Amino acid sequence: MAYSDKVLDHYENPRNVGTLDKDDPNVGTGMVGAPACGDVMRLQIQIDDDGVIKDAKFKTYGCGSAIASSSLVTEMVKGKTLDEVEQIKNKDIADELALPPVKIHCSVLAEDAIAAAIADIRAKRGENAA
Amino acid sequence: MSNLNVPIYLDYSATTPVDERVAKKMYECLTLQGNFGNPASRSHPFGWKAEEAAEEARKNVADLIGADPREIVWTSGATESDNLAIKGAAGFLAKKGKHIITVKTEHKAVLDTCRQLERDGFEVTYLDPEPNGLLDLDKLQAAMRDDTTLISVMHVNNEIGVIQDIAAIGKITRERKILLHVDAAQSPGKVPIDVNEMNVDLMSLCAHKVYGPKGVGALYVRRKPRVRLEAQIHGGGHERGMRSGTLATHQLVGMGEAFRLAGEEMGTENERRRMLRDRLWEGVKDMEEVYLNGDLEQRIPGNLNISFNFVEGESLIMSLKDLAVSSGSACTSASLEPSYVLRALGRNDELAHSSIRFTMGRYTTVEEVDFTVQQVRTAVEKLRDLSPLWDMHKEGIDLDSVEWAAH
Repeated sequence: MAYSDKVLDHYENPRNVGTLDKDDPNVGTGMVGAPACGDVMRLQIQIDDDGVIKDAKFKTYGCGSAIASSSLVTEMVKGKTLDEVEQIKNKDIADELALPPVKIHCSVLAEDAIAAAIADIRAKRGENAA
Repeated sequence: MSNLNVPIYLDYSATTPVDERVAKKMYECLTLQGNFGNPASRSHPFGWKAEEAAEEARKNVADLIGADPREIVWTSGATESDNLAIKGAAGFLAKKGKHIITVKTEHKAVLDTCRQLERDGFEVTYLDPEPNGLLDLDKLQAAMRDDTTLISVMHVNNEIGVIQDIAAIGKITRERKILLHVDAAQSPGKVPIDVNEMNVDLMSLCAHKVYGPKGVGALYVRRKPRVRLEAQIHGGGHERGMRSGTLATHQLVGMGEAFRLAGEEMGTENERRRMLRDRLWEGVKDMEEVYLNGDLEQRIPGNLNISFNFVEGESLIMSLKDLAVSSGSACTSASLEPSYVLRALGRNDELAHSSIRFTMGRYTTVEEVDFTVQQVRTAVEKLRDLSPLWDMHKEGIDLDSVEWAAH
């Protein structure tokens, strides 16, 4: 199967690989997928005092398209607010990477990872406010 | 790596290149100047000469498996041979019984043929192999019934290279008067075969795994005691009515020469393949969380099937772009199904998703193996650095205890 140049670029040179402190109240962690399905994505975002995402990191177990999707997402979310990031849809990711139909689930997983990371950070902040 | 040509071919169990010596013989059977006649033409020397070549090829194939040339039926490949053997024998014996036994790790050409028979009213038992890939003979015996007419067990598994003890199985099936079909697509030239010592009744063979051409195979059909089949392809009554269709002289000659060479060179080739296989395994086995799939001893030399835990197979193959290998993970299909062979061995999904098959052959060199070791180590390390599962493993988290959001 042929991969698009963008998938290959993100796969060969993944952006923002790494880990943030999951216990930091300003860090949200989203882990989605399952080893049995062949892909697990962990996306972490860190916001500053204005609620803007200043850093994002990922680690992904999965095929090249899953790795590329998560790498791309870390680039897309930086500098955006949580509300803005919620607007990112799997189609944006799939279009940008020119994913073939059999790999669309990778972009869906990336969208799920964003949602999970946002939910985590909102839960943490909700707890803090209470 | 002075003069390595990449990508390096390490997928000899998928197919092999045609040996130059085989190609030369094939070419001699194509053009006006060559042996182009129809072997079925009885009225002129063109036909006689072609028939002579086809019969010599038939003898070469028979010799490698200890059969009589009259027991060899030409087909288009092992898939057709499997279909003819299983449907043909089951159909012929349907009045006697409609139960068939096979194994879950068989090739799809056997499994799907059995599924079709199920739709036609037959009953099929699919046995689980042991974790090392081999069949437990007690379980086989326990599955046999009075209405069992056919047992189909492959000789060498295409994914993990393990060798079933066909002689031991044949002893049981002969005693019980049940036919034994063996899919031996992967074994010629790698494992000695003697259909009489092994008590095999039907055996599927093909040329393209043994440096012969694609598109030609054979079915061994025992004469004493006689095995009868219902033909699946009807027509001019070629091959004693079991498989009609004009014989493709160049293809048969290619298969014959490939089998002749395989017999001649099996000893030295096996030694070389084993050396290469061991060198590759020695080069990677000290890495953490590396698992060999299938028994190491009861296995053809030249096959290594390894799971690199916490690394997904398809991305590993993507990293190994200078190597032509295959993965047990089929993430390209929408279903994300990992290898059914590894699942049948009881490997969990992660390990099944993380498997790579390396198969070495006649043209593999030591330099290529050394390059492979280095490439694999680098790629696995890179992907583990990317893997959240590897992180969790390092933190001591049991992945089975995690509640995953399956999708």
